[in-house]
Amino acid sequence: MKVLVAVKRVIDYNVKVRVKPDNTGVDLANVKMAMNPFCEIAVEEAVRLKEKGVASEIVVVSIGPKAAQEQIRTALALGADRGIHVETDEEVQSLEAAKLLKAVVEKEEPKLVILGKQSIDSDNNQTGQMLAALTGMGQGTFASEVVVEGDKVNVTREVDGGLMTVSLNLPAVVTTDLRLNEPRYASLPNIMKAKKKPLDSMAPADLGVEVAPRLSTLKVEAPAARQAGIKVADVAELVDKLKNEAKVI
Amino acid sequence: MSILVIAEHDNSSLKQATLNVVAAAKAIGGDIDVLVAGENCGAVAEAAAKAEGVNKVLVADNAAYGHFLGENLGELVAELGKGYSHVLAAAGTTGKDFMPRVAALLDVAQVSDIIRVESEDTFVRPIYAGNAIATVKSSDSIKVVTVRPTAFDPVAAEGGSASVEQCDVVKDAGLSSFVKEELAQSDRPDLASAGIVISGGRGMQNGDNFKMLENVADLLGAAVGASRAAVDAGFVPNDMQVGQTGKIVAPQLYVAVGISGAIQHLAGMSDSKVIVAINKDEEAPIFQVADYGLVADLFEAVPQLEEELKKVL
Ligand SMILES: Cc1cc2nc3c(=O)[nH]c(=O)nc-3n(C[C@H](O)[C@H](O)[C@H](O)COP(=O)(O)OP(=O)(O)OC[C@H]3O[C@@H](n4cnc5c(N)ncnc54)[C@H](O)[C@@H]3O)c2cc1C
Repeated sequence: MKVLVAVKRVIDYNVKVRVKPDNTGVDLANVKMAMNPFCEIAVEEAVRLKEKGVASEIVVVSIGPKAAQEQIRTALALGADRGIHVETDEEVQSLEAAKLLKAVVEKEEPKLVILGKQSIDSDNNQTGQMLAALTGMGQGTFASEVVVEGDKVNVTREVDGGLMTVSLNLPAVVTTDLRLNEPRYASLPNIMKAKKKPLDSMAPADLGVEVAPRLSTLKVEAPAARQAGIKVADVAELVDKLKNEAKVI
Repeated sequence: MSILVIAEHDNSSLKQATLNVVAAAKAIGGDIDVLVAGENCGAVAEAAAKAEGVNKVLVADNAAYGHFLGENLGELVAELGKGYSHVLAAAGTTGKDFMPRVAALLDVAQVSDIIRVESEDTFVRPIYAGNAIATVKSSDSIKVVTVRPTAFDPVAAEGGSASVEQCDVVKDAGLSSFVKEELAQSDRPDLASAGIVISGGRGMQNGDNFKMLENVADLLGAAVGASRAAVDAGFVPNDMQVGQTGKIVAPQLYVAVGISGAIQHLAGMSDSKVIVAINKDEEAPIFQVADYGLVADLFEAVPQLEEELKKVL
């Protein structure tokens, strides 16, 4: 079965984010970029499905600027077979991303689409669900276990109350949570091999989708900083402060 | 303007988060209807009808909604949502699951996890794990919005007298089915709405040691949380994770024990009123946000804390 994995290029999760002085956004100039951590988990899951003989081909797709090809190459080095790059320098919001991915799904006809549950830049947690709705597929969101059985996939989901397992008809959409797996690192030989794997590039217009954001960002500000507190000497002082100063116990 | 709020519940009781979302709806202004979709959820509908500021409660009581499957709820809410200017739900795992489907079916954007309402079409939300706060304006005719419950003070649970109407729209997408559920059983308060939270991190070393935190929690009537590292290591279950990708908490008092204070953890608790950190590393970043920091070995400090609390409580 064919598996499609969507990956996003985002700021590296270790980078300290800085808001631009003119409040138009976050400063991304000369900042280390990487594959969104949840997308790494999505790629890893697809590779494991291939290693188990469940998946036959892994196609990785990314929407974004030219440089997003780096993340596609990373996915190819991790074990994906082929890449699709939907190139655009415009801001692509979740609904547009879902529409672009829908067009890719219609072309590729994968049995399973795996995405990260959220990207750590916009923190939206929307694209996988939107894609599932637009393509009429079931969804297993926030997955911590994915088991393909015949024409169904059982997905264990991390929910507020604990864990919930659903059974979905294939084709289906899965979005990954942190505990699904621990992504591997790409080996040097695989990084070299990935350079020769096929990577198709296209524009949103080639997929018949117009990228037109519905949400406009009016301003971006730094969060209110917390005032630095004090160090207490021992537990007795801590309890005294909580009771008599902060009055929270 | 008319607003449809989707109730969060477990078929038997209304979750407090719904009252927070109704508060966000009030900040937008206009008539507020609440949809209770579930199975045998009549008691929830009655509770919703008593909430302050609610005009009408719609009850969609059907097996198709019993487990809140996103495919079915998505279709139901998209159909009902056409008659409203706004559709709101709590940004918990249920709302996060079905609301983007609603938005996609209505061909509108979703505004996720808002923390403030500026006007009927402009909302404030954290991005980059809360390291930046964006003000966004929606140009869509129907605004589909998820709300961070901790950012809005709940409306009163009693005093309202909304009408209750049955809604017989049945949407069973036939794409998914419920298999099983393993829900955490706890007599402690719910993490997301507890007044006091005490969380443990990798420094706890194992799951058994969380007993120390539970003892303190029981003295304080607190909920127990954890960092991702503690969950990943298998010390405690996933529903205890606090952070960017776990639960967002904003209690009166948050006690972080053996937690370093990574930005992803801070994203889930930095709006707490008072933060206490207990960590043996005086350089740990958690101390930069803590009101009261105690540099100590937690295996000494936490049992001492239990003893001290027994004296004063
Ligand atoms: C995409 C992504 C999403 C994430 N989401 C989340 C999230 O939602 N929530 C979250 O928490 N993390 C999240 N993380 C992980 C986060 O980056 C950190 O790795 C994690 O929070 C660290 O947990 P910790 O503080 O328990 O562990 P560590 O960073 O290892 O810190 C342990 C601390 O315990 C202290 N300690 C050890 N022994 C003792 C002792 N005996 N007495 C006192 N102190 C002691 C140490 O000094 C240290 O400061 C995410 C990461 C990524 C990449």
